[in-house]
Amino acid sequence: MLIPTASQTVGPFFAVGLTRPELADLTHAGKAKGEAIVIEGQVRDGEGAPVPDAMLEIWQANAAGKYAHPEDRQEKPADANFVGFGRVFTDRQGRYRFVTIRPGAVPGCGNALQAPHIAMTVFARGLLKHLVTRIYFADLAAANEADPVLSAIDDPAARQTLLAKPVNSTPSAYRFDVVLQGEGETAFFDV
Amino acid sequence: MVDVTGYRREKPGNHPPNDYPGYSSTAKRAPKRLPIRLEHTLTETTGPTFAGGWEGPNQADLTRAGRGEPIGERIIVAGRVLDEDGRPVPGTLVELWQANAAGRYLHDGDQHDAPLDPNFPGKGHVVTDAEGGYRFLTIKAGAYPWRNSYNAWRPQHLHFSVFGPAFATRLVTQMYFPGDPLLPLDPIFNSTADTEARRRLISTYDPELSQAEYALGYRFDIVLRGRGATPMET
Ligand SMILES: [Fe+3]
Repeated sequence: MLIPTASQTVGPFFAVGLTRPELADLTHAGKAKGEAIVIEGQVRDGEGAPVPDAMLEIWQANAAGKYAHPEDRQEKPADANFVGFGRVFTDRQGRYRFVTIRPGAVPGCGNALQAPHIAMTVFARGLLKHLVTRIYFADLAAANEADPVLSAIDDPAARQTLLAKPVNSTPSAYRFDVVLQGEGETAFFDV
Repeated sequence: MVDVTGYRREKPGNHPPNDYPGYSSTAKRAPKRLPIRLEHTLTETTGPTFAGGWEGPNQADLTRAGRGEPIGERIIVAGRVLDEDGRPVPGTLVELWQANAAGRYLHDGDQHDAPLDPNFPGKGHVVTDAEGGYRFLTIKAGAYPWRNSYNAWRPQHLHFSVFGPAFATRLVTQMYFPGDPLLPLDPIFNSTADTEARRRLISTYDPELSQAEYALGYRFDIVLRGRGATPMET
């Protein structure tokens, strides 16, 4: 067995090589099937200060609940206009914004259906290894109640941090803040 | 029913902890709570693929991005992306960014008093070939100062971003050069506890890879986590 290559921080200057503005809009300029939604929020540190130099990536299923990946062999429709991968950087106020499609539900462990969700990775100076979290939709209460990942989290406050809250706007927008440390710290996963 | 084969869990010491006092930026950014263990589902065993070409054509030659030749020592950096079992990882995106030969990034936030090089933006990307191979032609990045502690300098390094086959294999790392006197002093390099794991971050000078009278060759293989033994029916 080979030893895996260790993670190292993305540092402060990742924009030099990782800038891809087109990856903020996963809908392929509106051509992807499904309901367009906005996911937006702010990244904050342990003092509540905005993190202006974070990179966020998201990965999600299409509107039908299928991933654009050869290992997803579910009999559900693929969408040639939906890759399901996004990347943005936070701005000076630590804010970010994705435009995407509301994901369908995908199966989880033990054949339980998972509630619709979006996987998110957080990279920043000061993070030696990226953090992983999940975005769930606060207005899908019944699905969230039955979700095997959410229901395995004992602390209700930690569970709350994974719920993106609807914002009154068109298209539907959801607010999802990422708190790296301390009060209101986002629940992160060891994947 | 969907068969999901998860990825192997990390062994202690192979990756740095996020809470590492030697690297001062971790103080306000490292989570205080332990991460919650997540059994892998389709969400983690799938990930972006590059068959559709959305990442654009390869940019493997970083020395041809300007109107003229960049200043510095030309190097070829090549290797393979493999998994822990030594299997190649073909068709995955490898992104590279770095400082110029003087140790300065083309970035507004980089205030190091060293010259920018108009002929060196310092970025490239390639998709690995059928054997997991990649190859860049670039310039050796200079060391640069940072304010982690008094008179601290980062060793010469290149930044790499690699996807691998799944969300669970995502990796951002840095490649170092053999014999760099700054390595033993660098908290980012030393944040990885395991000696062998640290050694993997240092490229190897490879005379076979060097191009006569043109560029020095450094080999750098990138090893991603491997697949678990048995599929779990989920
Ligand atoms: Fe750097």
